[in-house]
Amino acid sequence: MVSAPDTRVVEAFGLTKVYGSGNTEVRALRGIDLSLSRGEVIALLGPSGAGKSTLLTIIGLVNPPTSGRIMMAGRTVVEDGQFAVDVRSFRRQHMGFVFQKANLIPFLTARENVQVAMEINGHSPRLAKRRATELLDYLGVANRADYYPSTLSGGEQQRVAVARALANQPSLILADEPTAALDSVRGRQVMELFRKVAHERQAGVIVVTHDHRALDVFDRALEMEDGLILANPAATAPITAAEVDLRNTSGPSNQDRSKPS
Amino acid sequence: MNLALKDVRHNFGRFVLTAIGIGLLLMLVMGMGGIYRGLVDDATLLVNRVDADLWVVQKNTRGPFAEISRIPANAEDRVRAVPGVASTNDFVSHTIQREQAGRTLRMTVQGLSWPQDKGAWLPLIAGRQIEQAHFEMIADKSLGLPLGHRMVLGKDTYTVVGLTRNMASTSGDSMVFVTLADSQAIQYDQSGEAVRLEREARKSRASDFDPGRVQPEILNRAAGPSSGIPALGPPPVSAVLVKITPGADPLRVASTIASWPDVSVYSADAQRQLLVSGMVDKSRRQLALFRGLLIIVSAIIMALILYTLTLDKIHDIAVLKLMGARNLVVINLILQQALLLGTIGYGIAYIAGQWVFPIFPRRVLIVQEDLWMLAGIVLGISILASLLGIWRAMRVQASEVIA
Repeated sequence: MVSAPDTRVVEAFGLTKVYGSGNTEVRALRGIDLSLSRGEVIALLGPSGAGKSTLLTIIGLVNPPTSGRIMMAGRTVVEDGQFAVDVRSFRRQHMGFVFQKANLIPFLTARENVQVAMEINGHSPRLAKRRATELLDYLGVANRADYYPSTLSGGEQQRVAVARALANQPSLILADEPTAALDSVRGRQVMELFRKVAHERQAGVIVVTHDHRALDVFDRALEMEDGLILANPAATAPITAAEVDLRNTSGPSNQDRSKPS
Repeated sequence: MNLALKDVRHNFGRFVLTAIGIGLLLMLVMGMGGIYRGLVDDATLLVNRVDADLWVVQKNTRGPFAEISRIPANAEDRVRAVPGVASTNDFVSHTIQREQAGRTLRMTVQGLSWPQDKGAWLPLIAGRQIEQAHFEMIADKSLGLPLGHRMVLGKDTYTVVGLTRNMASTSGDSMVFVTLADSQAIQYDQSGEAVRLEREARKSRASDFDPGRVQPEILNRAAGPSSGIPALGPPPVSAVLVKITPGADPLRVASTIASWPDVSVYSADAQRQLLVSGMVDKSRRQLALFRGLLIIVSAIIMALILYTLTLDKIHDIAVLKLMGARNLVVINLILQQALLLGTIGYGIAYIAGQWVFPIFPRRVLIVQEDLWMLAGIVLGISILASLLGIWRAMRVQASEVIA
């Protein structure tokens, strides 16, 4: 008998994060459980201060949680405030990041911005350059490969940032309000881009967003408030009602995925 | 991918300007070393060039450079008679300042013991040695006197027959070479009135003592030229230069001459030491101190520049860390830029120095040894200067990208 392959990209159990102490203590996360599968795109919604970005940085191994456990790639990577892996090595091999600002390195061209991510992961410059060109082509900005970030539009910069996030074929992409600086059309294009790469490259994607107009793109939307994920987020309702072609052709429904596995 | 070079490529103008600034600073450091070398070289130039084994000077003086030395001209004859002495020359040197075609010429007049010494040891770049007993001169090129130029010194007119390069006295003044007799004539030149007054004074003194009163010829002699009075010797010289016979013991010769009650003897090395430790020591220490301060200032400025360059990239460094870049990637970025700045700055310093140093009024002598030493110093301060930037970069957290 052959067991089914584990499709989970990340699993988090009881994550808490406390800043400060005594009178200044802030409980940013109050016990978060979360599971994300390959090819799945989820949105983290909620008001400012809800803990969305904190959760993202903890899952991204940028900051440790105060308590709780995270499993990735089949092993525990952080437990009770202690990292169990070399976080930088783990990040460059398994994760990609996209932010509100593209955060491209200004003294590198678009292609070099993608290339550098691969080179610091040990790829040869030649291979990295070839793959960077392919990625930029995949994201529709190959014609801007030799331009510096300052000469690119906001949408082009975000596409390059997505290409960079994909450079090392990560299993997890974390995006923090990636469309906040874009107009609605370009914002939707970027969101659909996440959907596309998640399905075509089998990566799990978590997107922190305030943009409710593109919620139909996500498999799930998780509403956060006061450091907790709400049990029955109202935000998921419009998604299940939406009949989006892309979703119909790219995997199980949101309701199916929302069920505990 | 070399991130340091990519950053330089993108900010080329700013980087070049920074490198020029550092280069000019390093040029000053290089120049300080060159001025010191020039000072010592000028000071010891004559001692090295005349190549005497022994210097015989006035008793208990450190002459003729460190202080005034006067010994009778006939001391040369005595020295020549000492066993082991191959040859001797009188040494006369004094500095004069004259107006020439509207500009001030300051020069050190060096007497040559013509005809034994016609200036064969001088580095002639044009013209010839001194071929006649009087009224010919060899001048250093820096004085700007062309070959054939005629110049009045004292009561006589001298013609420039040869040109040297980089012949300067211990005080840095350009040198001219004439025969010993001409040198003394220039040094002891007096106006006609002064000569007449001196003769009258001698006649008056002679008439006041018995031999003068009873011997009219004495009064006549006293009223005549100094050279006609046996009691008045020829003008003194500054030193006697001694060349030892090959195979003779210089210490023994020196000890024989030093036993005389009216002279002291120095070897060429001792004379060099007197010059360096005595005449140029304070200048040397002052230059060394100033040079040290310049190096410290250069290091601080480089550190601040590199720190500023790092601060400009601090967000990018945080991005690199978020992407998982090892610390070595970041350290290389800063260190390579520091070394690049140092190397280019050093190159600019060297090239700019080739243009600027010849304009300096005193000689700036850049030697290979100093260039290597400065290269080592630049390497050291580049690494030290980068530490501040590296320290700042190491403190940056990946989370700052998100913040």
